[in-house]
Amino acid sequence: MNDILVIVSRLSESFVLNCKLFILTLLFALPLGMLIAFGSMSRFRPLRWVMRTFVWIIRGTPLMLQLIIIFYGPGLLNLFFSWPNGAPGRFVAATVAFIINYACYFSEIYRGGIESIPKGQYEAGQVLGMTKPQIFFRVTLLQVVKRIVPPIGNEVITLVKDTSLANIISNKEIIMMAGEYSNKGLIWPLFATGIYFLIFVGVLTVLLNWVEKKLSYFRV
Amino acid sequence: MAFLEVKGIEKGFGTLKVLKKIDFSLEKGDVIAIIGPSGSGKTTLLRCLNFLERPDKGSIIVNNEVIFDAMDPATQRESEVRKKRLHFGLVFQNFNLFPQYTVLKNVTLAAELLAKERPNYIKDKKAILKEIQERGKTLLSQVGLSDKLDCYPHMISGGQQQRVAIARALALDPDILCFDEPTSALDPELTGEVLKVIRNLAERNTTMIIVTHEMDFARDVADRVIFMDDGVIVEQGSPNEVFGNPKEERTKQFLARYKKN
Repeated sequence: MNDILVIVSRLSESFVLNCKLFILTLLFALPLGMLIAFGSMSRFRPLRWVMRTFVWIIRGTPLMLQLIIIFYGPGLLNLFFSWPNGAPGRFVAATVAFIINYACYFSEIYRGGIESIPKGQYEAGQVLGMTKPQIFFRVTLLQVVKRIVPPIGNEVITLVKDTSLANIISNKEIIMMAGEYSNKGLIWPLFATGIYFLIFVGVLTVLLNWVEKKLSYFRV
Repeated sequence: MAFLEVKGIEKGFGTLKVLKKIDFSLEKGDVIAIIGPSGSGKTTLLRCLNFLERPDKGSIIVNNEVIFDAMDPATQRESEVRKKRLHFGLVFQNFNLFPQYTVLKNVTLAAELLAKERPNYIKDKKAILKEIQERGKTLLSQVGLSDKLDCYPHMISGGQQQRVAIARALALDPDILCFDEPTSALDPELTGEVLKVIRNLAERNTTMIIVTHEMDFARDVADRVIFMDDGVIVEQGSPNEVFGNPKEERTKQFLARYKKN
């Protein structure tokens, strides 16, 4: 019995890393994705080309590989910087990889959302003497948000589960912790990790449904 | 000089010439109806007047002020254009209401944003916003929608949406109000209410340019009719001249086709 409590508390402690990675990734990837989206819609061709190529590379390679390259790359290539030693360095490297990866996915969702707004909405704003920022913030933004909540929600839920990939660069997250027990022949902790993810995703689902409902007062 | 002078407007998209030297003028309080087959350039002409397209050649003069001259880049600067386009209002074929705002907010939003640029805005903010609200309500009652102020666009019919769009365009007091086939996206039973609103505006001497396929309406409400085909003004004159006694062969053919339908 005592053993179970110890294992559960160690699993819970390690899940904190998954949660931290999740929150930091969202915090930075959501706005960064917007910048990438604007870049990939830019009228300035070279910028657009660079952004779209970047998105292609990031979306076209496994996140696991990106984690490895970002963590080991600086040291192997003798770059001017390297990650801090030990656990903090591994965590920062994982966070950076996640932010870049998810920003690219978000950017494509933003781009789809922005491009799906009928041209007439911009034109109506224009003929009413609005400035471009006014049209974006006062006319189109909320319509874009309404359209992208479901696909963003999908990505956010995927992100919860992807956080366990961070263990490829030795971040001690929950799956890795449970794996240590299964290596010793104790298999149930591994199964138990599923409960953590299910609860987390359950809460997110409720939250996302609430947002969708909040935005259901108008139709686009 | 007339209130609105359009001189030598030309516009092409790639190799396709959509407008070929368009000249016309308009007096204050006049209503011009522009008729013609699809693809004749009517809509593009309206879009040029509203700065949604930039003409390749020509100039537009309102009240003796050159608001666009293809030869003079100074008239085409973004900041200038934003102010100058307010001489014109535009009612779209597809209404283009803002779906996330109530009917009243649709009408007042642009005025509220423009009010921020007034020098006394910070000092008199409350009074200014109240005045805009009142004006919005007045306009909406003018188009018969006093009971829909708090509705969202998806809750009202197409005809009602178009009436909101008309009130929205009027809210900024344009010198000239343009309509781009205002009833083409409506079910037949809903066109009447929109045409009635436009007719009321004509009776109040609102200066208007109306692109329309409603021939009876054009004949009825317009002071002058312009028939366009293939990017040129083929014929213009009073409704009686153009409809009753067209001089050009193309006008005759076009009107005959409409009679048959």
